[in-house]
Amino acid sequence: MAQEAAIDTPAAQSGEGVRRRDFINIAAVSAAGVGGVAVVYPLISQMAPSADVLAESSTEVDISAVQPGQAIKAVFRKQPVFIRSLTPAEVEAANKVDAASLRDPQTLAERTKEGHENLLITMGVCTHLGCVPQGAGAGEVKGEFGGYFCPCHGSHYDTAARIRKGPAPKNLQVPEYEINGTVVKIG
Amino acid sequence: MSFPWSKQYTPSHPVMTWLDEKLPLPRLVYNAVGGGYEVPRNLNYFWNFGFLAGFCLVIQIVTGVILAMHYGGDTSVAFNSTEHIMRDVNWGWMLRYGHANGAAAFFAVIYLHIFRGFYYGSYKAPREMIWLLGVVIFLLMMATAFMGYVLPWGQMSYWAAQVITGLFSSIPLVGDPLREWLLGGFAPGNATLNRFFSLHFLLPFVILGVVILHIWSLHIPGSSNPTGVEVKSESDTVPFHPYYTAKDGWTVGLFMVIYSLFVFYMPNALGHPDNYIPANPMQTPAHIVPEWYFWPFYAILRSFTQNFLIFDAKLLGVLAMFAAILVWFFLPWLDKSPVRSATYRPLYRKFFWLLVVDVLILGYLGKAPAEQPYVLISQLATMYYFLHFLVIVPIVSSIERPDPLPFSITESVLGSDGAAKLTTTKS
Amino acid sequence: MIRIISILTGLFFTAALLWSLTLDTIQLSKDGLPHTVEKAYVNHHLKDLKLKSDGIFGKFDKAQLKRGFEVYQGVCASCHSMGQVSYRSLAALGYSETEVKAIAAKATVSAKDPLTGEIKDRPGQPSDKFPKVIYAGVGNPPDLSLITKARHGGAAYVYSLLTGYEAQQPAALLKEFPDAKTGENMHYNPYFANLNIAMAPPLASDDLVTYTDGTKATKDQMAQDVAAFLVWTAEPELEQRHQTGLWWVLFMLFATVLGYMSYRNIWAEKKGH
Repeated sequence: MAQEAAIDTPAAQSGEGVRRRDFINIAAVSAAGVGGVAVVYPLISQMAPSADVLAESSTEVDISAVQPGQAIKAVFRKQPVFIRSLTPAEVEAANKVDAASLRDPQTLAERTKEGHENLLITMGVCTHLGCVPQGAGAGEVKGEFGGYFCPCHGSHYDTAARIRKGPAPKNLQVPEYEINGTVVKIG
Repeated sequence: MSFPWSKQYTPSHPVMTWLDEKLPLPRLVYNAVGGGYEVPRNLNYFWNFGFLAGFCLVIQIVTGVILAMHYGGDTSVAFNSTEHIMRDVNWGWMLRYGHANGAAAFFAVIYLHIFRGFYYGSYKAPREMIWLLGVVIFLLMMATAFMGYVLPWGQMSYWAAQVITGLFSSIPLVGDPLREWLLGGFAPGNATLNRFFSLHFLLPFVILGVVILHIWSLHIPGSSNPTGVEVKSESDTVPFHPYYTAKDGWTVGLFMVIYSLFVFYMPNALGHPDNYIPANPMQTPAHIVPEWYFWPFYAILRSFTQNFLIFDAKLLGVLAMFAAILVWFFLPWLDKSPVRSATYRPLYRKFFWLLVVDVLILGYLGKAPAEQPYVLISQLATMYYFLHFLVIVPIVSSIERPDPLPFSITESVLGSDGAAKLTTTKS
Repeated sequence: MIRIISILTGLFFTAALLWSLTLDTIQLSKDGLPHTVEKAYVNHHLKDLKLKSDGIFGKFDKAQLKRGFEVYQGVCASCHSMGQVSYRSLAALGYSETEVKAIAAKATVSAKDPLTGEIKDRPGQPSDKFPKVIYAGVGNPPDLSLITKARHGGAAYVYSLLTGYEAQQPAALLKEFPDAKTGENMHYNPYFANLNIAMAPPLASDDLVTYTDGTKATKDQMAQDVAAFLVWTAEPELEQRHQTGLWWVLFMLFATVLGYMSYRNIWAEKKGH
C-alpha cells in the first residue's frame, strides 16, 4: 500500500529493460490500490441497515375492526403508518378538489387501491421535516382540511392526506402495500 | 537522521510549494518516510516489523472504530450485540474476526520487532529513548488487548476481568480498595464493562501518539542496522523511498496473506471456545487461560507458589510478572557492551538464544494447567528469565571479548573492495 | 550501582523461586504427579465427522441442515434454547418465505406491542429470534446457537457426545475414582468433561423424527445432521467467509508477487544486498 511510485529510480531511466521495469512498479502500485479499494467496500457497507433491521421492513395489519371515519396507527420500519377508513363524505370532499390545482397533484384514486377507494394508507411522517402529524388518533386536531395537521410547522393535509397548506412539499407518502381480505401487508 | 548527503525536499508542483510554505507537512513526510530519510542499506527482514506494527495499529483502529458503531457496552447486551455484529451487520463477521485476529497479528509482529531489538542491541546508546518508548507502547498494548478481550462479555472475558483485577488486590494495604476502584464494584459488572469500553477506545490513540514519539526519536540517530556499526559515508545508506517503501510494501502483502488466512479460514484458532459462552458470574470455566500473547507472563505469575520471607506468594507472582517487563526499561544500562549486534558477541549470543527458548517454554507452560510437572518447569524457566536480564547480561557484557566488527556498512555488504564495486555495478 | 541493584534483584527472585521449587518438589515427592478423572477417562479423541462445510471450499449441505433443523425441533428444542438464531435466517436452509412464516407462527413470542408499549404474547414472526426455552428439570441445558464454537472439537464434539453414551461405567474407573460413579438421574458419557451428564441420551432410538426428505432417521444420521445444523447456527457466515476469503487471498498473493518483483527491480542496482 505504501509503495506508490519508485517510478523514478535510476534504473528506470534509460535502456530497453526500462519499460518492463516501469510496468512492474506501476502494476504493483495499482494492485495495492485495487486491494485498498476492495477493503473500503465492506468498511462502507457495514453502515447500511443490517439484516435484522431489514427483516422488520414488512408489517401485516388486521383492518377488520376499522370503522368508517376511524383511523389506526401501525408501525412500518419503526415509523408510524396511518390506516384510515374514509366516510363517503370524506371521499366526496377529496374528489371535489381539482387535483391539478394542488401543490403535489394526485387524485384520491391514485392514492388508494382499486375497489378500496375508502381505505387510505399513508405514512404518518410529515413530508416537511419528519414529525408525526395529528388526526389519526381519536379526538386529535385534523387541521383546516379535515385530514391531518402537523403541529411542528403547521402543515395541513386534506382527507386524501394531500398537502394543502403549510411548508410541506409533498403529500403524505403512500407506502407499498397489498390487501388480502382484512389483512394489509405493508412493505 | 539528516546526513550531509540527505536529499532536501523540493516540491514538484506549485500546489505543493504553496502547501509546503504554509504547512510543511509534505516536507515532514518526505523527511520521515520519504526520499529525505537516509537508511542503512544492509537492513535485513527483521527491520520490516516496525512498519508492519504500524500497519497493524491502523487495522485495529479502523476495524475497532467500526465495531464500536455496532457494539453495546452494557452487560445485558454486550454478548448479544457481538453476535449481532457476527450475524446481521453487513460484513460484521469480517470486521470482528479481523479485529480479534488483528490483535494477535499485532502481538506477533511486535514480538518479532522486540526480538530484533534484543538481538541487534537496538536499545543501546544513542537509541535508548526509542527503546523506552517502545516498552511503553508494549505495556499500553497489553492493557488495550486485555480490556478489548473483556468487551464481548463471554466467560473468558468475565473471568479475565476478575483475575487480572485480582492481581492488584495483592498489593499490601491498598490492594482491595484499589481493585474495587478499578472494577467500580466488588466483581466485574456494568461499571467495569463501560469503563473498559471507554478506555479500550481511548488507548489506541494514546498508542498512536507514543508511536509518533517513537518514530520521532528514531529519526534523531537514524535507524540501526544488523552490524551495529554506525553510518560512515554516503555509500552506507539509501533513501527510505523508494528502497524501503518497496521492501516494506511487499512484506505488507505477505503479512496480509497470512493474516487473511486466519481471518477467513481459522478465525477462532487463536481464541478460546469458552468465550462463546455468555458470562456467568456463578461458574468459572475449568481451565482459564489468557490469549497466547500473554502466556509467558502468565507462567511467570503462576510459578511463585510459596510465601518467601515477608512476601506472600501472590504478591511475589504479581511483582515478578510486572518486573518481567519492567526490566526491559533498564536494559540499555544493564548491557554495557559497546558492541550492539549479537552477531559479534559470541558469549552473549549463546545466552540470548537460551532466553528465546526459555520464553517459548514459558509460553507453553502459560497455556498448560497449573499443576505438576508444569509448575516446577516454569519455576526453573522463570529463574533463568530473571537471571538472564539481571545477572547474566551485566556480567557477560563486561567480561566478553567480541568478534571483530566490519569497518563499515558498505564493507559488510560488498566486501572490503566494496567502494570500487559500487561504482561499477550501476547498469 | 544500577548493576549491583540489578544483580541483587535477580538473586532475590531466584531465591524466592528456589524456595517455591524446593517446597513444591517435596510436596510432589509425597503426592506424585496429579492423576485426575479428566486425564484418565475423558475421551478427547473425538469421533470422525466429515461435513461438507469443512475445508476452504466448504459449503453447507442444505438438505442436511434441514434435516438437522428437524432434529432440533423434534428432539432438542424441548430443553435447549437457540436464542441467537432468528426465524428469517432459516431461509438460508432453503425454506420459502411462507414456510418460514409458518414455522415462526408456531412459536409464542412475548414482545412489546409497538403501539401500546405493553409486553404480550403473540405468534412468532420471521423477524423474531427463537424464544427462550424454559427448562425446569435437572441440569442446565446450554443455549445451542453457538455450541460448536463454544466447545473444543466443535461439530465432532457434538456428534461424539450424542452418540457416545455408554450404559456401563468401566470397572477400573469406579475402582480408581469411586466419586465418579454415575449418580441418580445422571448418565455416563466419556466425551463429557466430567463424565456424567444430566442429559439423558437424546437420540436413544431410531426414527425419533420423520425426515421430510424421506431419509431414514437412524441414530447416527440424526446425530450427524444436528451437528451439521449447529455448525450453521454458530457460523451462518461460513459460506460467504470461505468464498470471499478465496478471492481475497488469491488476489493478495498476486499483489504480493508483483510487490516482490517491484522490490527486486528497485533494488536491482544495489546488488550485494
